[in-house]
Amino acid sequence: MSASETRLVGRDGAPVMDVDGDLLEVSMGPHHPSTHGVFRMDLALDGEKIVKLKPVFGYLHRNHEKLGEEHSYLASMPYTDRLDYICSLTNNWAYALAVEKLAGQEVPERAEYLRVILGELTRVQNHILSVGFLLQDMGASGTPLMYGFREREKILDLFESLTGSRMMCNYMRFGGCRVDASPAWLDGARAVVAALPAAVDELEALVCTNEILMARTQGVGVLPAELAINAGISGPVLRASGVNYDVRKVDHYGIYDRFDFKVPLGDHGDVYDRFMIRLLELRQSLRILEQALKDIPGGPVMDPKAKLRNFRPKAGEAYGRIEAPKGELGFYLISDGGPNPYRYRVRPPTLVNLTVLEDMCLGHNVADVVLILGSIDIVLGEVDR
Amino acid sequence: MAVDEGLKIELGKQGVFVTTLQELYNWGRRSSVWPMNFGLACCAIEMIATTMARYDLARFGAEVFRPSPRQADLMIISGTVTKKMAPQVVRLYNQMGEPRYVIAMGACAISGGPFKQGYNVLKGIDRYIPVDVHIPGCPPRPEALLEAFMTLQKKIDAQHLTGEERPRHLDAEAPGMFPVPEQGEHDLEPPANKNVWTVPVVIR
Repeated sequence: MSASETRLVGRDGAPVMDVDGDLLEVSMGPHHPSTHGVFRMDLALDGEKIVKLKPVFGYLHRNHEKLGEEHSYLASMPYTDRLDYICSLTNNWAYALAVEKLAGQEVPERAEYLRVILGELTRVQNHILSVGFLLQDMGASGTPLMYGFREREKILDLFESLTGSRMMCNYMRFGGCRVDASPAWLDGARAVVAALPAAVDELEALVCTNEILMARTQGVGVLPAELAINAGISGPVLRASGVNYDVRKVDHYGIYDRFDFKVPLGDHGDVYDRFMIRLLELRQSLRILEQALKDIPGGPVMDPKAKLRNFRPKAGEAYGRIEAPKGELGFYLISDGGPNPYRYRVRPPTLVNLTVLEDMCLGHNVADVVLILGSIDIVLGEVDR
Repeated sequence: MAVDEGLKIELGKQGVFVTTLQELYNWGRRSSVWPMNFGLACCAIEMIATTMARYDLARFGAEVFRPSPRQADLMIISGTVTKKMAPQVVRLYNQMGEPRYVIAMGACAISGGPFKQGYNVLKGIDRYIPVDVHIPGCPPRPEALLEAFMTLQKKIDAQHLTGEERPRHLDAEAPGMFPVPEQGEHDLEPPANKNVWTVPVVIR
């Protein structure tokens, strides 16, 4: 890349003024241990302070949308696993929801319950992991992340025994789920869910009132509620700024209106709030899981009228969205009546959440950029697609 | 020259340990393979899971992940290499000191995997840098990565210090730097490093 391309420009297109000639341009990434993948930031620094930040995407652009147009509806399902590769099941769910809207398909009740159970398990493991990674970025090297991974492995074992894969589950289908959960699996899930609150207590006791954590995160990377709404931010980042918006409560997609759970909200919108929101959401997810595992009815997991092979929905368009662990994940599909979607568009939450990165970072130190980026909880598979 | 096994055991009982310089050298190298802290995509999460308590990569002396290529011996290509990322991967490999090894983890790093049809995906990192161990899977399980480590350790153990089979870092003729591809008009230029990779011959 030539020097002129990497030159930092302001929002109006004019170069950032370097009056005294002592601004330092730093390219952070794509190989950096705390950019959570291959993400690059071009920083302009005045001493330690951030004057300008320009995110550079595309190092993991895997042509997801183009491949989606070339493949049949069903063949795109395993690709959705690899969008946000930590939460494959919620990606499956959002895509299945969009196609079901397009084709007007019904989902049996047991499948809806299984979707909620797997979706919330995914949220639990994502949040516990993102908290661990945030602490790792802060310099608490290893230990908190190991606590996170210890709990995650238990959930991954559940995924593996049900779907056959630890990470790339490829489990949901249009009109239900691929296989039924055995009573033994449900018992196993109940045991895991029953043991999780103690693990979360342990993690909270270890880190939440830690002085270093509080000093480094409180008041850092504040995102005002107004800016968050205007920029289209969603998920825990939005709720940490105090905006009560959760697609589970707004859309009532699936069967979320049957469960009793709260939406935790933050006050300050700083990194500490985003960290705490994840822990609080985790507890709410456990509440949903307890209710869902108690109430799950019998019956089929696939709509008997559902058609997987030679599936051609009538011409039209649909947008299906869910509250993925990282925010609002949406799939927008246009069908022209053929076996492939005419247009396949993903609305990734983390890409939209990244757009306010500069606003949160300006005026902070370089070391805080790592934390602020970690608190957005990005996954590059989804950002670059 | 290997020491007679029976004699070695007999001497060991008397508190005398005999070895060859080559064995000692290879034992030291294979027991402290430091990987580079370098994640590309989905497989990176499984790579991290491998280092955690359950799978415990530390048993193989490889838990010290170094963010700097200068301090690393092993590069785990964990995920899809896109055409935008390929020059950086090769550049990082060039910055590593010899002896250096590469594990291509997962279908994407081997061949482009499920994204092979994509216009922006490199069809295998072995087009630009020599790969020592390939692990199939999408993503490979942590056990598969452990197996790759054991395979690599066997490979290091079998290396001779002299002769035709000596490792690259002891061969003055072997290339130290690999050409970094650049984005051309339609594709990366060159599309492959001919010294490392040739078009596979399909045998039917």
